[in-house]
Amino acid sequence: MRTEDLIRTIALDADAPRKRLLPAVAAAVALAAVFAGFATWTLLGARPPVDPAFAAIRYPLKFVITGSFVASAGLLVMRLARPGARLGAARIALIGAVVVFAITVVVELAVTPSALWWSRTVGRNALLCLACVPIISAVPLAVILIALRRGAPNSPGALGAAAGLLAGAVGATFYAMHCPDDSPLFLAVWYSLAVALMTVIGSAAGARMLRW
Amino acid sequence: MIGGKAAESDWIAWMKAGIAGDAAAYERLLAALAPFIRSVARSRASAWGFGSADVEDVVQETLLAIHLKRGTWDEGQPVGRWAAAIARNKIIDALRRRGRRIHVPIDDFAETLPTEPEDEGLRPDEASRLISVLKGKQHAVVKAISIDGKEIRETAKDLDMSEGAVRVALHRGLSALADAYRSFRK
Repeated sequence: MRTEDLIRTIALDADAPRKRLLPAVAAAVALAAVFAGFATWTLLGARPPVDPAFAAIRYPLKFVITGSFVASAGLLVMRLARPGARLGAARIALIGAVVVFAITVVVELAVTPSALWWSRTVGRNALLCLACVPIISAVPLAVILIALRRGAPNSPGALGAAAGLLAGAVGATFYAMHCPDDSPLFLAVWYSLAVALMTVIGSAAGARMLRW
Repeated sequence: MIGGKAAESDWIAWMKAGIAGDAAAYERLLAALAPFIRSVARSRASAWGFGSADVEDVVQETLLAIHLKRGTWDEGQPVGRWAAAIARNKIIDALRRRGRRIHVPIDDFAETLPTEPEDEGLRPDEASRLISVLKGKQHAVVKAISIDGKEIRETAKDLDMSEGAVRVALHRGLSALADAYRSFRK
């Protein structure tokens, strides 16, 4: 086939529906949130009683942290899925989320007597966190990866990793509603481990699913 | 230099019109992008022992990918940079098919790209062989339109199909062609 014939043939398909990336990813993230919320509620139910004074600032802060990772990972996913898109703003947003997280950890260390560091890090339910965040994030990851099949990444593995980070952050946000451990020290170890696991899983799945 | 500001504003306008279903504008865009993609491919190809037939395969595979992945183009993004990135991916795929693993830095060919449009004549390339992987109506429709140069309406009449069915078969046929290219990697 001559290239000009292929061009004419493709042009006649101009009015085929365009599979747009952004609405698909936005819908996938919304669906992921519904799944994660449903899974959290059915698996775990209401949040156990906590010390209100301790939770006053730390509880909302958890959502600032997980939310900033949802936002920056979402941005990163959109950039990595588009050919030729610069990472610029997404990279800055992700670094910003990490810096905010790190600051909360440093402040927590500063306001906490060192004798309590260990107990706040171990928290009440580390293993539940480690198990539940990936379980809650599994369906969200699948939904997001399916939407991202519309993408055209330079590196399917990197896009999959970003999708894993996004799904893990969505899962962590909903798990955080139930989780009675509010210390940034707990988040820094257990949430991070769980989300890192999702990132690795996402990378492996993306390398297979997102080739185009 | 190709892909300068003047060309880019044309490309964006044609892309938007094409997305809105304007086949003529879309054809202008693809015809303008082909030599651009060819020069992107060629600037890399000689170093890896790619002949002009291989380059033309990359051009065709890239054009198909541009069409099927046009949902990844963002209206605020330059068409040239987007198309060059797709071409880069397809060059890497083509090299991998030959069992080479290399790194092609994208920014090398995002900016200045000399081009000398060459006549690309008839040749037995992957795409012609690939048409034979299409089955049934997809094969008949894609062949009628691409090789025999027919229009949608004519094709529908000849094959005793509705125009809508021809459009569906055409779109699926193009997707299947892109898949066939991809499976060539293995």
